[in-house]
Amino acid sequence: MKANGKVFKYGDNVDTDVIIPARYLNSSDPAELATHCMEDIDTGFVNKVNKGDIIVARKNFGCGSSREHAPIAIKASGVSCVIAETFARIFYRNSINIGLPIIECPEASEKIADGDEVEVDFDSGIITDKTTGASYKGQPFPEFMQKIIQAEGLVNYINNKERK
Amino acid sequence: MGMTMTQKILAAHAGLDQVQAGQLIEAKLDLVLGNDITSPVAIHEMDKMTVDTVFDRDKIALVMDHFIPNKDIKSAEHCKCVREFAAKHEITNYYDVGEMGIEHALLPEKGLTVAGDVIIGADSHTCTYGALGAFSTGVGSTDMAAGMATGQAWFKVPGALKFILTGKPGKWVSGKDVILHVIGMIGVDGALYKSMEFVGDGIQYLSMDDRFTIANMAIEAGGKNGIFPVDDKARAYMEEHSKRSYKVYEADPDAVYDETYTIDLAKLEPTIAFPHLPGNTRTISEIKDEVKLDQSVIGSCTNGRIEDLRIAASILKGRKVHKGLRCIVIPATQAIYLQAMEEGLLKIFIEAGAVVSTPTCGPCLGGYMGILAEDERCISTTNRNFVGRMGHVKSEVYLASPAIAAASAVTGHISSPSELGM
Repeated sequence: MKANGKVFKYGDNVDTDVIIPARYLNSSDPAELATHCMEDIDTGFVNKVNKGDIIVARKNFGCGSSREHAPIAIKASGVSCVIAETFARIFYRNSINIGLPIIECPEASEKIADGDEVEVDFDSGIITDKTTGASYKGQPFPEFMQKIIQAEGLVNYINNKERK
Repeated sequence: MGMTMTQKILAAHAGLDQVQAGQLIEAKLDLVLGNDITSPVAIHEMDKMTVDTVFDRDKIALVMDHFIPNKDIKSAEHCKCVREFAAKHEITNYYDVGEMGIEHALLPEKGLTVAGDVIIGADSHTCTYGALGAFSTGVGSTDMAAGMATGQAWFKVPGALKFILTGKPGKWVSGKDVILHVIGMIGVDGALYKSMEFVGDGIQYLSMDDRFTIANMAIEAGGKNGIFPVDDKARAYMEEHSKRSYKVYEADPDAVYDETYTIDLAKLEPTIAFPHLPGNTRTISEIKDEVKLDQSVIGSCTNGRIEDLRIAASILKGRKVHKGLRCIVIPATQAIYLQAMEEGLLKIFIEAGAVVSTPTCGPCLGGYMGILAEDERCISTTNRNFVGRMGHVKSEVYLASPAIAAASAVTGHISSPSELGM
């Protein structure tokens, strides 16, 4: 499985309030949430993002609330992958559960620049910055989490188990 | 190898004699919690699952608290969805207008959370119940759905940070100052993926309300959970509020901690988190320039309990809220509201020129009941101050204790009660 797109670069501690402000939490419709994605940190994001694009951020991405609306908004906006130095734990968990591909890689999170063209190969964990030619190795998931991702989310994973 | 208090609780619920940090386990749940924002998403996810109903209708709590009484049509539709789900599946612990309170103040009051429990909640401040010696952590709506359906959740066993609390807190220093000091010290990701285990002889000087406040904000340091040992105060609280039996777990003497911090409570000062991170802290004496305020909020799952209101009332009594400043007091549950009324606290607030709201999360997350305009500043007993948290992206939120929030409401700028001669 691969992700391929243009990078939107952010810093440390990008929190769930800026990813999807509470004033929009009276909706749980992914398409509607997507129209407000990243609104309080980057008002231009929703107009510039194309399907396949990649968010790259530094430490503690997704910190703050447990709102699943945050990774839902990001996924529904077309983002194919989030690369960060570290993820906040609830956001990390939620992303796996809903099938938003995420990958931890401190070097990539530091060196990749806004606007770069990047490809991520999830099978090998290799992140390639096509703009600079550099490549980086991301942190692989434990086997258990790989199974959830392969099943495309926790609900499917549980349903598959129930059927056996 | 010795286990921490958290590791012991997880091992017991996974049916294992021993667990270690980093291990993946599946644990049985004692309680699954959701609110009006997170439950609708969970309900839709559960619809996709091949189960007919919930695993145990007594072990689920659905508390409508964020946008209620409903602030608009969409919020009303969300509550309707949860209300119908609760009726269909005969959920015992469904709390709506009239019975609800802010979830993390309500659940211990109702005796639903006790020592030794494993609790997940679709709200990041679910870590609050660690004050009673439970393992309690925030998750998303899909985990909540899986929990409601199966009664189980997967966890990665956390490593731990130990916080040794010694000494007796000085005047006007409370649980909020302790946890703000900790977050300021280790940073908003200082406890990432770890349990925060509070121990020490200083704990005896912390009331249950103080401990709920401290455990509540473990997530603001990135922690998986916060947890306190079970002492006489905790036992007394559980015996007063709950009919359930509880189990006390103690860390092994040879348990492993990634870091150990010693905090002398006697040396702490009132502490304030400046915009826009809970870790951006300063003590009251470090604030040199006057910080003028437009609003003061006293409430939330962090500091909306009866002791918080008593402290605020003791400062506002016989004084007036500063002209041009809006002071909003929000008791966290109906029982707290009633008790505050009986103690004459509500009269004090209103006569001072503050306003008193029915329990709601309201302004804490920028929902309603006190939203900020551009360039406005609020001092608040809530738990987060990220950009746009309480309103306009150019507004500012300063986090503090009820004592500081009340004193500041009188002076119109960030103040300690000592500025009022108290």
